[in-house]
Amino acid sequence: MRVESGLLYTQNHEWLKVEGDKAYIGITDYAQEHLGDIVFVELPEVDAEFDAEDSIAVVESVKAVSSVYTPVGCTIVEVNEELESSPELLNEDCYTNWIAVVEITDKSGLDELMNAEEYEAFCAEQE
Amino acid sequence: MALKRTPLFPMHEKYGGKLVDFGGWELSVQFSGIIKEHHMVRQKAGLFDVSHMGEIEVKGEKAEDFVQYLVTNDAKKLNNGQVMYSLMCYEDGGIVDDLLVYKYNPQHFFLVVNAANTEKDFTWIKEHAFPGVEVKNVSDDYAQLALQGPKAQEILQKLTDTDLDTIEFFWFKPDVKVAGVSCLVSRTGYTGEDGFEIYISPNGAVHVWEEIIKAGGEDVVPVGLGARDTLRFEAKLPLYGQEIDKDITPLEAGLGYFVKLKSEDDFIGKKALLKQKEEGLKRILVEFKMVDKGIPRHGYEVYKNGEKIGHVTTGAHSPTLDKAIGLALIKKEYSEEGTEIEVMIRNKPVTARVMKNSFYKKQTKNKK
Repeated sequence: MRVESGLLYTQNHEWLKVEGDKAYIGITDYAQEHLGDIVFVELPEVDAEFDAEDSIAVVESVKAVSSVYTPVGCTIVEVNEELESSPELLNEDCYTNWIAVVEITDKSGLDELMNAEEYEAFCAEQE
Repeated sequence: MALKRTPLFPMHEKYGGKLVDFGGWELSVQFSGIIKEHHMVRQKAGLFDVSHMGEIEVKGEKAEDFVQYLVTNDAKKLNNGQVMYSLMCYEDGGIVDDLLVYKYNPQHFFLVVNAANTEKDFTWIKEHAFPGVEVKNVSDDYAQLALQGPKAQEILQKLTDTDLDTIEFFWFKPDVKVAGVSCLVSRTGYTGEDGFEIYISPNGAVHVWEEIIKAGGEDVVPVGLGARDTLRFEAKLPLYGQEIDKDITPLEAGLGYFVKLKSEDDFIGKKALLKQKEEGLKRILVEFKMVDKGIPRHGYEVYKNGEKIGHVTTGAHSPTLDKAIGLALIKKEYSEEGTEIEVMIRNKPVTARVMKNSFYKKQTKNKK
C-alpha cells in the first residue's frame, strides 16, 4: 500500500493536499485497493457548499458504493471531470487524480487529520 | 461461527484471492481483479471454485415420478446423460430454489442447488419424497470446478482422453478422467460462455485445479465470486434472492419456458401458476439501461410518474457492454420496450429505459 508524504489523511481514507486556503481532495491507495475496480464517480457541482463531514462525492466499484467525505467546511472550486469518463484513473493513480479542489471555509477539521506516518500506522491497525 | 472452507481453499490462498464471507463460506471475491477476470472469461477462459454448491442425490424406483412432481421443468423429456435447468416452487408458486437436474437414468437423479439454500432444499425435498425414494445430501462428497470461456474446451481436452465434442450443451458424462482423476463433467455453466462444470471427489480437486491452470497457461486465470456475478448478470441468468425468490414466481421472473404448464403431470406450485397465468401477470422482470448517469443496484426502487412501480433485482456497470444496465421487477403496464422509468439512486430519480434482448448474447454451444 502506498502512502504519500506531505499529504493529510482522514480515517475514512481520503487525502488532502492543503495549499493556503485551498485543498485538493482524493481517495487513498488503501481505499481504491479495498474498493476494487472503480466504475463510476459522482462529482459535486462547482460552487456547492459543504460542512465538515459531509459527503461531497460518491465512488462506486463493481461491488461497492462509497462516499467521499470532506473533513473541512468548504466550497467546491473545481472538479476532476476526467473521472466521469475514466473512473479507473482512481485505481491507476489515486494521488495524482484528485476528485475536487475546494476552498476551505472552516479549518477546524484540519487538526484531527493524520500525517503520512500516522496514517500508515492507522491502516496497519485496520488490517 | 467459523467459516466453511472448500477443498480448494489452499488454491484461494496460493493464487492471492481476496477472501470474503459468502453465505458462511470463505471464498474469493476476486483474484487479479473483477473486470480483468470478467474479460478473460469472455475472451479466453476462467477457472472457478464452485464447491460450495449443494449436491443432492435422488434414487429409487419412483425417482423420475418424484422429480417430475418436485420441479417445474419436464424431467420426463430428459434423456439419460442429459441436464436441465429447472425451478422448485412452493404451493403458492413462489420459488424454493433454482437448480440443475442431472439424469443418470429414471431411477437416479443428481440435483445441484444453490449453496445458501442447500439445507432448506434438502429438507424440502425429503419432506415431499415419495415412499421408496431415497434422498441424500451428498454435498460434502463433491468439490466442483467450473472452467468457462471460449478456450475452455481446448484447455480441458489436453487433460482427458474423452473427446469433449461428445459432451453437448447441457449433457454430461459421469466418469471422465481429467488429469487421471475420475470426474463428472457437464457442458454447463453460469457465465453465458461455453464451458464445463467438473464434479470431483474433494481429495482430487487441488490436483485437477493445478493441472487446468498449467494446461491453460496464459489463457486461463482463477476467477472469484465478483466476476461470477457480473458474468451471470450480463447473460441475464437469474440469481436466487434477486431475480427469483420465495415471493417471486417463475412466470414473473420470465422463466415460463422452464415450467411445464401444458404437461398433464402435476408438480408443486402448478395450481397457483396456472391461476396466475390465467389471471395475467401483475408484475414482470424487465431489462433496462440507464439513460442518465448512475449505476443501478439490487434493491433500488423504481418509479414512474411519482408512483413506485417496483425494484431493481440486479444492476451493474456491464464490463462487456460498457454501460450501466439492470433487471427490475416492475408493474406489467410499464414493461413495454422503450418505456422510460426512474431508478431512485441516493434519493434522486435517474432516468432509465426498458429494453428487450439488450443483454449479452450467450455464446453457449447448442447441438450441432
